[in-house]
Amino acid sequence: MKLAGRYVTGGQVAGQVLLLLLVVIWTLPTVGLLVSSLRDKDQLIASGWWSALSSTEIANQGRTGTADDQVETADGYQIAGNLLPEDSPAEIGFWSDNINDITAYEAGQSAPVDDTGAMTVNADGSYSWVSPEPFTLERGERVFYQAFVPPIFTLDNYREVLAAEGIGRAFINTATVAIPATIIPILIAAFCAYAFTWMSFPGRNWLFAIVVGLLVVPLQMSLIPLLRLYNDVGATFGVEAKSYLGIWLAHTGFGLPLAIYLLRNYIGSLPRDLIESAKVDGATHFHIFTRLVMPLSVPALASFAIFQFLWVWNDLLVALVFLSKREDQIVLTSQLRELLGSRGDNWEILTSGAFISMIVPLLVFFALQRYFVRGLTAGSVKG
Amino acid sequence: MATVKLSDVKKAFGSVEIIKGVDLDIHDNEFVVFVGPSGCGKSTLLRLIAGLEDISSGELTIDGKRMNDTPPAERGIAMVFQSYALYPHMTVYENMAFGLKLAKFDKKVIDDKVREAARILQLEHLLQRKPKELSGGQRQRVAIGRSIVRDPKVFLFDEPLSNLDAALRVQMRIEIAKLHSDLDATMIYVTHDQVEAMTLADKIVVLQAGIVVQVGSPLELYYHPQNKFVAGFIGSPKMNFVPVEVAATDGTGVTVTLPGGNTLLVPVDSRGVAPGARLTLGVRPEHMSETGQGDATMPVQCVVVERLGGDTYGYVQSDGVELMTVQTDGTSRMKPGDRLDVGMRGATCHLFGDDDQALPLLERNDLADIGKSGILAGAPGPAPAVH
Repeated sequence: MKLAGRYVTGGQVAGQVLLLLLVVIWTLPTVGLLVSSLRDKDQLIASGWWSALSSTEIANQGRTGTADDQVETADGYQIAGNLLPEDSPAEIGFWSDNINDITAYEAGQSAPVDDTGAMTVNADGSYSWVSPEPFTLERGERVFYQAFVPPIFTLDNYREVLAAEGIGRAFINTATVAIPATIIPILIAAFCAYAFTWMSFPGRNWLFAIVVGLLVVPLQMSLIPLLRLYNDVGATFGVEAKSYLGIWLAHTGFGLPLAIYLLRNYIGSLPRDLIESAKVDGATHFHIFTRLVMPLSVPALASFAIFQFLWVWNDLLVALVFLSKREDQIVLTSQLRELLGSRGDNWEILTSGAFISMIVPLLVFFALQRYFVRGLTAGSVKG
Repeated sequence: MATVKLSDVKKAFGSVEIIKGVDLDIHDNEFVVFVGPSGCGKSTLLRLIAGLEDISSGELTIDGKRMNDTPPAERGIAMVFQSYALYPHMTVYENMAFGLKLAKFDKKVIDDKVREAARILQLEHLLQRKPKELSGGQRQRVAIGRSIVRDPKVFLFDEPLSNLDAALRVQMRIEIAKLHSDLDATMIYVTHDQVEAMTLADKIVVLQAGIVVQVGSPLELYYHPQNKFVAGFIGSPKMNFVPVEVAATDGTGVTVTLPGGNTLLVPVDSRGVAPGARLTLGVRPEHMSETGQGDATMPVQCVVVERLGGDTYGYVQSDGVELMTVQTDGTSRMKPGDRLDVGMRGATCHLFGDDDQALPLLERNDLADIGKSGILAGAPGPAPAVH
């Protein structure tokens, strides 16, 4: 087969199609969430996000005026008004006075209602009910209609969750947790990885083996002992039990083994000659680290930073243990969970809240994806 | 400008001894080359001098000062690595200025020094480039430039040319030789390539398994190898070794019986050699005659012929002898299958005992001392033996 001047095999085409399919499968939920969060809340309940661009069909009812609203005209008596709520963009398609046969009459059609004259309902919701006799009804007549609402997109949902539902504050809290909890372990791990590779000290290999061993310690196992330890130590210094410092330290501790392991592998793959050349040039370990190893390790540092940041950003468990649920400490995931309980039916709030919690990971990933790919292969292939 | 002295220097990694006691005197302005096969410890020895490895025992002095525990930067040395070891994220200029910046030199001084080194090495137009934008030869020059700016007492080169292609290697070899005569610096150079060793060195140090086997000028090693290892290592193609039996000894040398029955008088010290003893005769390919000229001949059969244009190498075989090489000029008509009598002169032959030590030649070849008088200092000499 020839495409754009190049010959391609069936296998290549199949591969590309498969890739496209995978991309669609992976991105579809995100797109759905984004679209849902931008829709009007009534439409969100009425139909799925994939029909967001077409009109929504809603069935509803309105009530006419009562006998008090009638006016006398040349032909008799008339009650007029509008069935739709004020400012509604909906258009009525069918209407009826019988709930079991809601599409009995088209909009604009005139039909007898209640044996007391004829009613006309227009697409814009206005109706006119005329009768030669005076109306005597004390309650308005129910008129059922099927209306079509054009798609509405709005940022109202976001405004609401950010302001009223505490997501805005939770967003800031999460950032307060995630940024230091990313930077601190990277700094420590980079120094540590350098020492493990380029400084010789007794017990180096044993220490490193212990660090690697810590990789497999389950987080859940150590959470409570850690919290108690932190509280006991904190109590002696008069630090409150649940604070940002605590969660920074916890995330640092949980992130360090992987960070040291990844960075050591990368830093260890730097050419030995380079380090020795710097030594001959008169560089101390600190110089070698800051001037040589750090700049050359940017891909590895960035890829670990992404890992750690995403993990901390999406974390719920550690935050629940180490932070309170007070307004100034609750993180996004926790706040979303609260919303799920209290406002579970309000999809517009849940979708927009969820998307706010996703937006930062998405941005981070797209901004740093070239480091992500390079960093993962770092060390295996000489670049 | 400095002298380097090693006294009984040893280096062990764990229980494995790599350098087994080296004594060496390197004079001011001398160009010393360490040669030897892979794993002989030549690079380790250089790294001991550089301070990149700790000396297990013994003493290293540079300019008379003990340097065993001095960090590399304070030894007054500069090192050029095989892989160039340029800092990939810095420009050529920054690469060269790195050491000076660390030493807190004045900006103006750094600039002067870097530009001077760039001028010497013709790197001026490349100063703002990154190493990855340079060719192999240019990278090598930058690596040398980085060592020049530090104004070291001793330059150390660790196989600096082995990553270059053949043509560039010849060119850089000449440049390093020129640099040596321009800078008047002591240089220590490690290579496994005996051609580099022969052409560059004032003094060659041949190492084998962590021991210095022989130290001498290139032609001294060529004409007076002390043992079979040096004889085989220096010279290209390799020296031929023929098992022989002693027929007679007297004051003029040892007469040996060649395979095929002819006898040859080799002018070596015959003390301690008895008739009937088995020795090894060493004769270089360029000292063998295809046409049978010389003091004695040996019947052989030609197996393979390599024609290089200017020279022809014939690989020949005889009963009980390893494949031998005969070098003749390019007009030779020798072809595989030919039976011929190769000739050799007793004066150009060597004899080695059971212990592989050479029996000393009675007469010293005057070419052996030519390097010491400084005639060839630093410049590639005529080196008749090297092809």
